[in-house]
Amino acid sequence: MRKILPLHLSMRFLRVWERNLLVYRQNWKISFVPPLLEPFFYLVAFGVGLSTLVGNINYDGSEISYMLFIAPALLAINIMNNAFFENTYASFVRMYYQKTFDAMMATPLTLEEIITGEIVWGATKSVIATSIMLAVISLFGLIRYPEGLLIIPLSLIGGIAFGSIGMIFTAIVANIELFNLPVFLFITPMFLFSGTFFPIENLPGWAQYIAMLLPLTHMVNLTRSLSLGIVDMSLLPGFCYFVISCIVFFPLAIHKMHRRLIK
Amino acid sequence: MKVAQENHREELSMSPVIEAKNLTKIFGDLTAVDNISFNVYPGECFGMLGPNGAGKTSTIRMIYGLSPITRGALAVFGLDIAQNTRAIKSRLGVCHQDNNLDPDLTVKENLEVFSRYFNMSPAAARVQAESLLRFMALEHRKDARITELSGGMMRRLVLARALLNAPELLILDEPTTGLDPQSRHQVWERLGELKAKGLSILISTHNMDEAARLCDRLIIMDHGGILVEGKPLELINQHVGHDIIEVLEPNQSLRAFVRARNMEHEDLGHRLIISTGDGNALFREINNDYCKEGCIMRMATLEDVFLKLTGRELRE
Ligand SMILES: Nc1ncnc2c1ncn2[C@@H]1O[C@H](COP(=O)(O)OP(=O)(O)O)[C@@H](O)[C@H]1O
Ligand SMILES: [Mg+2]
Repeated sequence: MRKILPLHLSMRFLRVWERNLLVYRQNWKISFVPPLLEPFFYLVAFGVGLSTLVGNINYDGSEISYMLFIAPALLAINIMNNAFFENTYASFVRMYYQKTFDAMMATPLTLEEIITGEIVWGATKSVIATSIMLAVISLFGLIRYPEGLLIIPLSLIGGIAFGSIGMIFTAIVANIELFNLPVFLFITPMFLFSGTFFPIENLPGWAQYIAMLLPLTHMVNLTRSLSLGIVDMSLLPGFCYFVISCIVFFPLAIHKMHRRLIK
Repeated sequence: MKVAQENHREELSMSPVIEAKNLTKIFGDLTAVDNISFNVYPGECFGMLGPNGAGKTSTIRMIYGLSPITRGALAVFGLDIAQNTRAIKSRLGVCHQDNNLDPDLTVKENLEVFSRYFNMSPAAARVQAESLLRFMALEHRKDARITELSGGMMRRLVLARALLNAPELLILDEPTTGLDPQSRHQVWERLGELKAKGLSILISTHNMDEAARLCDRLIIMDHGGILVEGKPLELINQHVGHDIIEVLEPNQSLRAFVRARNMEHEDLGHRLIISTGDGNALFREINNDYCKEGCIMRMATLEDVFLKLTGRELRE
């Protein structure tokens, strides 16, 4: 951990971020498709198709429609997926196959700056996708403003946390196939059981405790409150959860990357 | 030999660009670089020769600060590498052994984005990229993707990329391995021009023509250690002589003749290689008296020195 000093981390990480932005801009039209269409598909399939079966959901003491319930979950999942997949598969390809990090490390860039640039880039993708999705969901009238706008800065913090977790896996997996493990053991269960499509209160007691440990549960709580226009102390635990996640996982990602790349 | 080296140093009487003292790199229980010492002086082209696994890349990775040194001391531009990595790297150009151009970007973008890693302004980056594309004869491919380039073009682009920051020292790890002769000569041509402009160059290679052609001084490494250090011609004269006589299918009487005269030779079974000073008289004698299948005389090359010192067994 000795190496993670301010000395090794300057604003030059933005150069790495810029490189990724340049590549992203070349096919931004394709990158814009999923956040534009995904909410449509989910809201139609789950919201319209399923809500007749489900009816209303009791959330925080009040009855809300099923569409209103799942829309913020879609945003939370989107924050998680964009950063996590960018900093696993995409970062791994750059590191392992394209040897982009090797080339960068022969320039004044430090490893700390390269990894920071990658993680901030992953979070940026979360922010971009979240903004697009937020706009689409707003068309359905499912977001309260101005409170809902806070979801955008939230997606940056969430993106850094989920991206750092992804980067830790990138630093330790031997090959790209192995990402299937965290995806199926971590991402998919969170996608289903973090209070996304049904309240975690419907889970058995022990499972609720586990769910409360998962980052997506807290992200869903935050986006759901903000979408409903709730801004009060109830947001604090979730917010602290993500700040602490960033403080823990971001340096850990750099440390693990050191282990992998500096021999 | 010693005297020659001392003279050389006096000639250059400047502080070295690279100063490696008892440099050692250990991976687990493998000693990849074993207590080597050498200096590279400003304006010279210094070669690191060695078979696969000799420790060339490991040494280079320590020089540009990627790989922490296990033991010894290493200074680049007079600065300790561990303390001044960023400052040193901003004055270096590095060509890696593996191609690590950015396949997500075009030729021109590769250069422009890379110059930003050196904090060059976008305008300066564009100018520098254009002039280097011209220098490397890549202008006509500036909008091509990396995957559309030939091996030779990729190498030239890697070289252009290493020159973006106007480095004071160029480090090349096997710059022409895998290239066809035309591309190889083009790279040598460019390196020759850079050298003429006074750029200091450290080059690792196992191509002996390359070393003989470009290097002012070189070391031959094997198993992490330095076997010899010197100027190419001196090394040839000192270790194998001037001429080489090769005899195919040598007979017993030739073998007896060679042994009786105590001549420096290597017996490969189907081929006998004799190294000698001036071989003309000897060649006539062997050609007349002992040669059935064929025999030739040629100038000794660095390759003869290399094979003599590192042996003929296959590596890896
Ligand atoms: N990261 C590493 N971990 C373990 N062994 C290594 C590592 N890098 C190189 N080596 C070993 O060090 C030795 C020298 O390798 P290298 O410096 O790449 O040689 P060269 O470039 O001369 O072919 C080889 O035996 C190689 O397998
Ligand atoms: Mg090598």
